Amino acid sequence: MVSGAGGPAPSRRRLVALVLLAVGLGLPVYAELTDAPFLVTLGTRIVVLALAAVSLDLILGYGGLVSFGHAAFVGIGAYAVGTGFHLDFMGQTALGWGGSVAVVVIWPLGILAAALAALLIGAICLRTRGIGFIMITLAFAQMLFFLAVSLRWQGDESMALWGRSELPAWTGLDLNESVTFYYVALACLVGFTWLCLRLVDAPFGRILQAGRQNDRRLRALGVPVYRHRLAAFVVAGAGGGLSGVLLANASEFVGPAYLAWDRSGELIVMVVLGGMGSLIGPIIGAGALVLLEEYLAEVTEHWQIILGPILILVVLFARGGILGLIESVPRGWRARLRRWRPRRTGDV
Amino acid sequence: MTSALLIEQTLNGFQLGVMLFLMAAGLTLVFGVMDLINLAHGSFYMVGAFLAATFAGWFDHFLLGVLLAVPAAALVGLVVERVALHTLYRRDHLDQVLATFGLILFFNELVRLIWGPVPIPFDPPEALSGTVEVWPGVPYPAFRLAIIGVGLAVAMGLWLLITRTRLGMRVRAGASNREMVTALGVNVPVLFTLVFALGAALAALAGAMRGPILAVEVGMGEEILILTFVVIVIGGIGSIRGALIGSLVVGLVDTLGRAALPAVFSIAFEPSLASSLGASAAAMSIYFLMALVLAFRPRGLFPAHG
Repeated sequence: MVSGAGGPAPSRRRLVALVLLAVGLGLPVYAELTDAPFLVTLGTRIVVLALAAVSLDLILGYGGLVSFGHAAFVGIGAYAVGTGFHLDFMGQTALGWGGSVAVVVIWPLGILAAALAALLIGAICLRTRGIGFIMITLAFAQMLFFLAVSLRWQGDESMALWGRSELPAWTGLDLNESVTFYYVALACLVGFTWLCLRLVDAPFGRILQAGRQNDRRLRALGVPVYRHRLAAFVVAGAGGGLSGVLLANASEFVGPAYLAWDRSGELIVMVVLGGMGSLIGPIIGAGALVLLEEYLAEVTEHWQIILGPILILVVLFARGGILGLIESVPRGWRARLRRWRPRRTGDV
Repeated sequence: MTSALLIEQTLNGFQLGVMLFLMAAGLTLVFGVMDLINLAHGSFYMVGAFLAATFAGWFDHFLLGVLLAVPAAALVGLVVERVALHTLYRRDHLDQVLATFGLILFFNELVRLIWGPVPIPFDPPEALSGTVEVWPGVPYPAFRLAIIGVGLAVAMGLWLLITRTRLGMRVRAGASNREMVTALGVNVPVLFTLVFALGAALAALAGAMRGPILAVEVGMGEEILILTFVVIVIGGIGSIRGALIGSLVVGLVDTLGRAALPAVFSIAFEPSLASSLGASAAAMSIYFLMALVLAFRPRGLFPAHG
């Protein structure tokens, strides 16, 4: 049912990942050559959302846990950055440490806060499975959303930041440069995706996947499934937090809209649209959804009336998502190639 | 808080509770019988409110508007079930979440296309525009009392339908053992369609009744949907009794919390801080309640299966 997770053609998946990396690295160069600086902004948006989608895929695709509240962790990361700027504005510092707008202080704090929230929320939510889990994650995200709505920055419920977090001076880099920020975000995405890819192949990830397939058998073997799920939930929360930290910086804005429930829905859409249980698919999904929204918004103001049915069709007919299509379509071509080239041993 | 305010807020909580029950009953039946999680249930609530407002405007008659809107929304539910959802019963919950999320986007945009982005006017009927003295010295809007009355009457009717009729027997049987009902020769697709249309009708009725006291606008469905989820999680998924208890508890806690918590916080904090703290604590109170219930009863207060 679920593609990936030891699914078909991991070698081709590696190729797709390399192509994505090349596109990601080359985008600012292409934007410079074609004199289209908005491409970098668009690319940053995709990269940041892709990071959240990848983190969701860890629990959704591998753990089989349909979390409908992932935007909460993105929101927490974003609010950490916002709080840093707010403290800076008030002439105070975060926890008495210097530089509440410094990357090295506020970014780890944002990730840590999101991970801690994931630990608390996950500890309660993971007591339920299936439909209950969907509703409860949604409800907790909604709770944090209402908390965000009631917060006030200088009397307003949202806040525009004046610039971006500051990197240490010795790096000589300025995040207000859009290309620099893009590459920093890309580095975060690549690093986190690599970490997750290592995790799902480790015994930890194997247990996570086994729990999705047969929970009872795994428990009979004496494996503490709950603890593994909770750990995965925390890692996913931290990834969401990092995405939120980047999101606040990318749009230089913090507000409750980041935690709205339809944001969580969009993240699930990205994961499934791209191909869940692959960690590479959600990156494609994020790109596809953002581009689709951009394109449809140009065609008609009421683009959601087209997007909704597209989602239903993808669910009904294209289970593996876009990555699944990429991996299945050129199979005839591969088969023809294989006929005159001896198959390598070990290439399963 | 004075006793007059307490009575008024309790009635308000009761009114929210019975309307939540109309939503939760449909949603929990659809889940119990068909194992389908339907995020678009809130869309029927919204469609019901919009249709009722439109019909009431055409005929200049509130009751006629509501009476026309409910079967119309049931028809919409029927079409949605036949066209999009009936293929999803055997799919996993993730597919259902995604497809019904798509339906929400579709319905919200459709309503925005037809009625525009601004809230549309919807007035309560003339006859119920006054107040009734529910307690010596405590006036209460007649229309809100009518909402409570309609909610209780429908809850009663639903109870009779579920416990006293053949259809209700099949619904209960379907909720407790789906395979066995199929094996016994019940026409399951027809049963599913009927239950779904009934759920849509109940949601539309809730939307039509609450329309005049809220803003009839795009997005009103999602607000109540998430509250309904909390109700169902507290009450136990698939249980009508749980839905009733959960609805009243959530309605009362939410309403009384909003009324009382700012006052409670003002004992310890300065007024402006107390009101904002109280407001956020009140908004989060039902979620705390839900977490508390789950910590002790992970399957809700009245689990339906086993």
